[in-house]
Amino acid sequence: MSRKLNTDLLIILIAVPILWFAPSGLKSYGLYVVSLWLVMSIAAMGLNLTLGYAGLTSLAQGAFLGIGAYATAILTVKAGWPLPAAFLVSTGLSFLVGVVLGFPALRVKHHYLAFVTLAFSVVVFLVARNEQWLTGGVYGLANIPRPVLFGTDLGGGLAFYRTVLVVTLALTLVMWWLLHSPWGRAFQALRENPLRAASLGVDIRAYTLLAFAIGSAFGGAAGSLYAPLVEFIDPAPFALSASFVLLLTVVAGGAGSFFGPFVGAFFSYMLPELLRATGGWYLIIYAAVVLVLVMVSPTGLLGLIDRWRDHQSQRRAAAIRAAARPTLASADKPTLENQGAAP
Amino acid sequence: MTRVLEVNSVKKHFGGVKAVDGVSFHVDEGEILGLIGPNGCGKSTLFNCILGQLTPTEGTVTLDGKPITGLYPAQLNRLGVSRTFQLLQVFPNLSVRENLILAGQEHKGTMLQRLFGPRDAGLTVDADRMIAFFKLEHLADQKAGGLSYGQQKLLDAAMAFMAGPRLVLLDEPAGGVNLTMLENLKERLQAINRELGATFVVIEHNMDFVMSLCSRVVVMAEGKVLAEGTPAAVRANPAVIEAYLGH
Repeated sequence: MSRKLNTDLLIILIAVPILWFAPSGLKSYGLYVVSLWLVMSIAAMGLNLTLGYAGLTSLAQGAFLGIGAYATAILTVKAGWPLPAAFLVSTGLSFLVGVVLGFPALRVKHHYLAFVTLAFSVVVFLVARNEQWLTGGVYGLANIPRPVLFGTDLGGGLAFYRTVLVVTLALTLVMWWLLHSPWGRAFQALRENPLRAASLGVDIRAYTLLAFAIGSAFGGAAGSLYAPLVEFIDPAPFALSASFVLLLTVVAGGAGSFFGPFVGAFFSYMLPELLRATGGWYLIIYAAVVLVLVMVSPTGLLGLIDRWRDHQSQRRAAAIRAAARPTLASADKPTLENQGAAP
Repeated sequence: MTRVLEVNSVKKHFGGVKAVDGVSFHVDEGEILGLIGPNGCGKSTLFNCILGQLTPTEGTVTLDGKPITGLYPAQLNRLGVSRTFQLLQVFPNLSVRENLILAGQEHKGTMLQRLFGPRDAGLTVDADRMIAFFKLEHLADQKAGGLSYGQQKLLDAAMAFMAGPRLVLLDEPAGGVNLTMLENLKERLQAINRELGATFVVIEHNMDFVMSLCSRVVVMAEGKVLAEGTPAAVRANPAVIEAYLGH
């Protein structure tokens, strides 16, 4: 356990400086693509908590991306708020809506829950398209400002990318903290066996609502960064297909694996740009990759690594077992009190 | 002697089926009570009524004199009532140690304290002591799903004891466990009963296991209590022989 914790933090420690400096030579389009990758990784991280760790199927993450993006756009464009304040309010709003959407999850599971969240996605899309007074309808909202912090303009391609990177780092650490706390363990228990979890005192209701709310808050936070990234939003990017792609992102990266969302988002949002030269072939290549992946490793790309690691630890344990067999047979009967003295 | 659990004329009807039809019994502190009877006689349904998985149609259940009828399983667990299930219920993708920490963590502080407190809820030492007690040391870091059936059964039982429960209800702990493992399990249960003063109710079909473990036995048949007494008395009871044990 503790060894794995350190590996995660080590990867973050190595990745952040690379991601800070590597894109400095990119032109504005390249910077847009890597920024988009990070933003979508945040949204996928949220869904990974809800789906991958807590086992609650959701087809609404694209809608929360939309809620975050529209809240930020409305607050900055129409109300003139600074972006950091709009970011906090958008994230908080998504958390609250997530709590409400969590209630159906107390009653239904799996594909029935997917249908409920699918309906919610459609409602959010229709509100964005039809409530023109608020959202601008199909004309959308334009001129979403990029952030200015303490008099420093963070609006340039590289400066904004680095801002996104810092926020991504902060949210990744928050997620890491959460997943390695007793809450993370309870979320996994919820996924694996809610009946047994309840019999061990786990408050299924509270953890289900929290899993939805926190996952949605990450979706909202991503949306709040998405709006200033593209500077113009309309309902199209938050349609149902966005939720499907995010679901696919989490599954392809490895549901329930910590860095799965980043790997998955690379596949879903960066690969299309890299494969642009192949023209119409991109979707076919993407579909083929996902298909092979699901057949070879249903636990996603990073699931392959986890499986290899499990295999190794089982081999180690088998070796220890073989070596320990004679002593076990002759061991005295231990009691609860004298365990400290055991070798 | 203190009365830990009292079940008063509990009924559970599913439509016209009277799964449990007016069962009363009590369990004293430190006792190991056996609950036996033919398949389908309502033992597990009764367990589920006591443990909040089902709401009784009629009747009451009290824990230390306080009514607990209709409480949720998680609430009951936090009052010190713990259980194992008939079918094995461990968390396959968590390690043995993580399974045990999970089994104790919800008893430590509030939700916020758990979020910001230590990662293991301060339970690693307790978990490792429980692992050693059930002789699972060599498997502590393995995923529970990779353990043998018997080992998972031991882990399942160990999880029920992590929070230092007052009352533990075990639903067929010996089912599918080989003889060596069975001796280990029985001896561990007796040790916990002795050392922690935990009170047990055990559903079991393995009569040797019941007779050597339990101090008192309640026999159920067709949703009702058929007989009650010491293992020897119950074994000699003609009605019990007729309905369950066979000649």
